[in-house]
Amino acid sequence: MKKLLKGNIALCEGAITAGLKSYFGYPITPQNEIPSYLSKKMLEIGRVFVQAESEIAAINMVLGAAVTGARAMTSSSSPGISLKQETISYMAGMQIPALIVNIQRGGPGLGNISASQSDYFQAVKGGGHGDYRIIVFAPNSVQEMYETAYDAFDLAEKYRTPVMILSDGIIGQMMEPVEFNRIEKKEKELKEKDWILNGCKNREPRSVKSLFMKEGILEENNIKLQEKYKLISENEVKYELYMTEDANIIITSYGISSRISKSAVKLARRNGIKVGLLRPKILWPFPYKIVDSLAKRNVKFLSVELSYGQMVEDVKLSLNRKCSVEFLGKAGGELITEEEIINKLRTL
Amino acid sequence: MKKILSRPKSLKDTNLSYCPGCGHGIIHRIIAECIDELSIKEKTIAVAPVGCAVFAYDYFNFDTTESPHGRPPAVATGIKRTNPDKFVFTYQGDGDIAAIGMAETVHAANRSENISIIFVNNANYGMTGGQMAPTTLIGQITATTPFGRDTKKEGYPIKLCELLSTLEGSVYLERVSIHNPKNIIITKKAIKKAFQYQIDGKGFSMIEVISNCSVGWGMSPLESIKWIEEVFIKSFPLGVIKDKAI
Repeated sequence: MKKLLKGNIALCEGAITAGLKSYFGYPITPQNEIPSYLSKKMLEIGRVFVQAESEIAAINMVLGAAVTGARAMTSSSSPGISLKQETISYMAGMQIPALIVNIQRGGPGLGNISASQSDYFQAVKGGGHGDYRIIVFAPNSVQEMYETAYDAFDLAEKYRTPVMILSDGIIGQMMEPVEFNRIEKKEKELKEKDWILNGCKNREPRSVKSLFMKEGILEENNIKLQEKYKLISENEVKYELYMTEDANIIITSYGISSRISKSAVKLARRNGIKVGLLRPKILWPFPYKIVDSLAKRNVKFLSVELSYGQMVEDVKLSLNRKCSVEFLGKAGGELITEEEIINKLRTL
Repeated sequence: MKKILSRPKSLKDTNLSYCPGCGHGIIHRIIAECIDELSIKEKTIAVAPVGCAVFAYDYFNFDTTESPHGRPPAVATGIKRTNPDKFVFTYQGDGDIAAIGMAETVHAANRSENISIIFVNNANYGMTGGQMAPTTLIGQITATTPFGRDTKKEGYPIKLCELLSTLEGSVYLERVSIHNPKNIIITKKAIKKAFQYQIDGKGFSMIEVISNCSVGWGMSPLESIKWIEEVFIKSFPLGVIKDKAI
């Protein structure tokens, strides 16, 4: 049975079904549905909800809960996510799995509360200090908000890494029917972890940290992290291809702009333009090889984003100047329209 | 022959990296003794700070986690809310708890999180080379107050126990010192009581331990002990600031 839900609520349901034990958050638009919903729901099912004194406190509470092996998450929107970056870097270094949700708004600075995709660089290139990456999911429907929140925890734990859902104010607040197609995970079903802090009963004490002062130890840990990121890059690329087989123009787009781009592809096809869509479902690791495999002779690429050109840089990196790459985007105001995309396609 | 004093089980058999004469070693030992005596080693999860005590993970013989600078009360909140059956304490310095982490400290106290905080006040940032701390005394010379702390420019030493005592949520706040054996005994009693309060579910406790930083203060260890007695505790009076549980 399907249920009509907002994206932000569907995300909560996915996380809870995955066994979310503890949520910590701080108010900021356009993600307020998440803490509001969880403040009731988590208590009803005997789990933890705390409204923190700041986004910084919230992510540090996540660190504390997650270091004991619990599934923990926080959510925020762009400026709040900037505040969390120091601790996300710690968690990458300490190898603590957890879910961070960014329902993006317009920036820079306080910007506005309209949907935006301007935090791509921050999300996929590390975000905080030091050499690290986090897995970044980009759902483009309310159904995917549900499914991604559920699946995110498994990947976070598989690789012992913080992961992020990079969404936006429209996906977060729009309503669509959701099929609850995931099976509830009970706490005891979750895999026993051999690194968590749960009291040193019948074992040696453990410490979880990112400080490695002795000579050579930090480099050793960094190499381990890089090997892990390589493994993730090889195994976790996820994307959708739409009408790309015979296309001579390929749009690359994710999240809310991929919904508009897909409509534009359909419309353009009716007007005789051979265009297709590549939509990364996971932004890091980026589908570099897939973009490259689409680079046949005379194929042009167009990256459509609610930014002034961020993912387009990864598209260019994939192609290494083999094809021409154009960009269409804006941020801080209205959405891109199908007509704008088609007008752009006509110029290519 | 009977052995009457040995290393606490909760302290690893390793050398401490603290400077000669530093008070951290005494405070570590007191904490380890209290944890042994309360038989809570196997359910303890400690949060170490950024600062001199960043190496506490290497010395305590129970589970420990790192925390970003100033955030141990938030990290401890996450641990304790998720695992109310565990024993959770943070170990923090003056810069960590009362400068960068003031918001986390105030709000953990205000929510009356059922955690214990051991706050080591040595009136300067020891790890980074003796800069002014929020608790640096008026007129005290530090690496960043070469002419002495001037209240017109640098404000006043923050008395954290007194500040937190105004919050309904704080339960037990005491200021102690480790400058002589008598006060070390008082310190141990206070820390043990704070730990017991957490075991009994009473809520937020913080023990502020006045400690010496002879290197940071530019003194010999003996001079620094004398300075605590003659100057430091005149500005930071010792005693129970609040005990709501009585």
